[in-house]
Amino acid sequence: MQRRSKFLKITGVLGFVFLYAPILSLVIFSFNESKLVTVWGGFSTKWYGELLRDPQILEAAWVSAKIAFVSASLAVTIGTVASFVLIRFAKFRTKSLLSMMITAPLVMPEVIIGLSLLLLFVAMQGLIGWPGNRGIMTIIIAHSTFGAAYAAVVIQSRLVDMDMSIEEAAQDLGAKPVRVFFDVTLPVIAPALVSAWLLAFTLSLDDLVVASFVSGPGASTLPMVIFSKVRLGVSPDVNALATVIIGLVSLGIIVSALQMSRSKRRL
Amino acid sequence: MSAAPDTGPSSRLPGGPMIGRVLERLGLGGRGLVIAIPTLWLLLFFLIPFLVVAKISLSEAAIARPPYLPVWEWVDGVLSVNLNFGNYLFLLEDPLYLSAYIESIKIAGISTFIALLIGYPMAYLIARSPENQRNLLLMLVVLPFWTSFLLRVYAWIGFLKANGIINNFLMWTGIIDEPLIMLQTDFAVYIGIVYSYLPFMILPLYANLVKLDQSYLEASADLGARPATTFLTVTLPLSASGIIAGCMLVFIPAVGEFVIPALLGGPDTLMIGRVLWDEFFSNRDWPIASAVAIVMLFVLVIPIMLLRKAQSADEGAS
Amino acid sequence: MSEGRPTTDVKPWADPNATPFLQIKNVTKKFGAFTAVDNVSLDIYKGEIFCLLGGSGCGKSTLLRMLSGFETPTSGQIIVDGQDQAGIPPYARPTNMMFQSYALFPHMTVEKNIAYGLKRDGLPKNEIATRVTDMLSLVQMDQFAARKPHQLSGGQRQRVALARSLVKKPKLLMLDEPLGALDKKLREETQFELIKIQESLGVTFVVVTHDQEEAMTLSSRIGVMTAGQIVQTGTPHEIYEYPQSRFVADFIGSVNIFDGRVIEDGKDHVVISSKELGADIFVPHGISGVEGQKLAVAVRPEKVRISKSNLSDLRNKVTGTIDEIAYMGNSSVFQVRLDSGKRVRVTQSNLTRDNDDLTWDDRVFVGWADDAGVVVAS
Repeated sequence: MQRRSKFLKITGVLGFVFLYAPILSLVIFSFNESKLVTVWGGFSTKWYGELLRDPQILEAAWVSAKIAFVSASLAVTIGTVASFVLIRFAKFRTKSLLSMMITAPLVMPEVIIGLSLLLLFVAMQGLIGWPGNRGIMTIIIAHSTFGAAYAAVVIQSRLVDMDMSIEEAAQDLGAKPVRVFFDVTLPVIAPALVSAWLLAFTLSLDDLVVASFVSGPGASTLPMVIFSKVRLGVSPDVNALATVIIGLVSLGIIVSALQMSRSKRRL
Repeated sequence: MSAAPDTGPSSRLPGGPMIGRVLERLGLGGRGLVIAIPTLWLLLFFLIPFLVVAKISLSEAAIARPPYLPVWEWVDGVLSVNLNFGNYLFLLEDPLYLSAYIESIKIAGISTFIALLIGYPMAYLIARSPENQRNLLLMLVVLPFWTSFLLRVYAWIGFLKANGIINNFLMWTGIIDEPLIMLQTDFAVYIGIVYSYLPFMILPLYANLVKLDQSYLEASADLGARPATTFLTVTLPLSASGIIAGCMLVFIPAVGEFVIPALLGGPDTLMIGRVLWDEFFSNRDWPIASAVAIVMLFVLVIPIMLLRKAQSADEGAS
Repeated sequence: MSEGRPTTDVKPWADPNATPFLQIKNVTKKFGAFTAVDNVSLDIYKGEIFCLLGGSGCGKSTLLRMLSGFETPTSGQIIVDGQDQAGIPPYARPTNMMFQSYALFPHMTVEKNIAYGLKRDGLPKNEIATRVTDMLSLVQMDQFAARKPHQLSGGQRQRVALARSLVKKPKLLMLDEPLGALDKKLREETQFELIKIQESLGVTFVVVTHDQEEAMTLSSRIGVMTAGQIVQTGTPHEIYEYPQSRFVADFIGSVNIFDGRVIEDGKDHVVISSKELGADIFVPHGISGVEGQKLAVAVRPEKVRISKSNLSDLRNKVTGTIDEIAYMGNSSVFQVRLDSGKRVRVTQSNLTRDNDDLTWDDRVFVGWADDAGVVVAS
């Protein structure tokens, strides 16, 4: 425990400064009066007002929130079923295939995921006429797929830790397998489901590359709008937006961390 | 007794054992159905898309909707197959692609190394911290990862540009007279990658180092090794699987990275993810973009296998 | 030790006309190439507390899991109360199990935990309530009904687990290391409580344990398991005093074993010559041995006497030197090195406070009565 030399402490501090300085600067300059993002011109909240009056950003934020909500829920569903099947079922023919497919998206470059899904959608449209036009629906499918991979990591580790005899006890007391799953397994892994959902939600909210590929002309997500703004250079209302997002995320993290540590103490 | 493989929940279907058994024989029992949901989803939306990419990489670009010629079609009841390896040949001939692959690997490699240099001491520090501080420190490492990736990269534009925070500060202190050019260079891309992927380096290293028994270090010291020797001969070899896992988790996504080179890199920062993007969106050459993707997959096969090996080695050790 | 209890006055296993309540017939369980349970046959009668005793990996837990339906036998039959259990899933079996980890549902209160099984049976609400209340008072957990498992001590959790597994009035209750997670003192108290509850409800218990003391106190009969097989079945007394094999003699308690061969096969006795002992052993009761046959004699340390004087009343005796003495309070354990080189363990009750006439390096006689030793296969 005491083996923390000066060198370690200094790199540690510098490391955390490196991690947080950019985020901090985003927040600070969001309250900057000046339009020059990096020169302080006095305190102001006008960029937040600007943000609220920007219909493009508001529209995109709403689209992104809808997509993230639906795809996080789908991702957790798929991820839960996949994890349960992989951890609790005895060997079945497609087990290693499923295991490969659920982990592969984690190490797949986004450009490849995006391109491959788009090409699939185009091919399917040619074959069966679906999806007619790309947009929110196709983004949701894409996000649920890689979200499920991340959700599965979180859920699998919880399932592995879970004492299996609890499930056996429920069966022994007369509950059929489906009943056991809903009465015992789900409530016990619920905290992991919450963090998996939050993770999938954040990933969806954050994704630029995959959404750019699979989206159609109809739907622009928030990252797509931010990206096109940022490409033209820094702009203070993006700072304001970043501050709002950082605030919301921190709040979510703190709440879920508290909840996790509480439920951990309980088990 | 613990060698028993678990049989899992019973596969019986409610209602009529006869019907259940028949369905089960067809692989459609309750159990089969449950397995089918994620398997089919991932087959359709993850695995098959790769086959589509592979197929299109063998077709010819055309001004059409979609912008490529079919690889196979039925002509008068005969299947005619037009495989076109031209896209792959093109990738070899045009030095742009080859250098983009090499550049991507170089940039990803250098960034990974820097991330290791920063991440290892941080992971070590956290692992050696008092237990009640560890979770907080870990959370501090992970927290930035939860905020928007795009916005975090954007923050660096403000830091690195000509009249950005760093230059303003250095000029104010009088260290430099004119702004350093940092934005739109490879340097900016290294910073962006290291910054964005540092948590992926620290987490597996931490998971590995926290399991490292302090008594090994004490034993080594007791046997006469200086701290530096102990580190090189005990700590480092024992954390090898954590190092590999961390490095691959940074290296693999960095190779295909698009956003960071697009926002922080210069026009001559050629990374393969960006090339793919441009081929697809600007040139609308889907077959070439597909070929670029397929080759990228092959480039990543070895790192991915290394990662899997390191991860299973780590699981085995715990 | 359990003799004198009312349930064991009747010995159904000794009655050829009694019908066993649980019949295990030639059950084998293989995991790949590994045979966890090897052709086990066993009859257990109504009202028994039957202990499966064995070390880890002996197959006892696998056998228990087959009884409760979590594992399917590779071959063989399990019959409970005349009903073949093959193909019956765990949730439809008339048996219940108390898990080693207790497996209490962490998100449910004590009351809900106990009621869970009754709810699955679709019993009316008021009946569930009455039975849960009865059960809670039986295990003295009334005040804790609204608590969650993490708010309970180890002993309290054990009671809740017991209540939950008993509330459905199972025909057979399986207990996997029921006292394993408790500390020594609590374990001793709980043992007797467990027996009391079992007697008051009349449920048949099958207990799995690796703790021989626990098996001795709890059970009406013990089945000693090793390498997937039951090597001996009997009352605690039979198992301890009449082990049928070297393994059982060695596994239960400590024992001195002397290898030898039969040199005289008389009508009412056998004489076994043991080089290890450096003397001949006289065995009175009728074992049928052929001259020259290799056998071994097992003698419990507490049945060996030790003295400086010639043990003139004993036929089986040798001389040796005291190597070690361990003072245990209620008794002392002596390690005696015989002249043959073999070491013998002797336990002597400390009948007086100061009993130090025997000390290190003393020359002593050790011996035992004719009927103190048990002949086991070599």
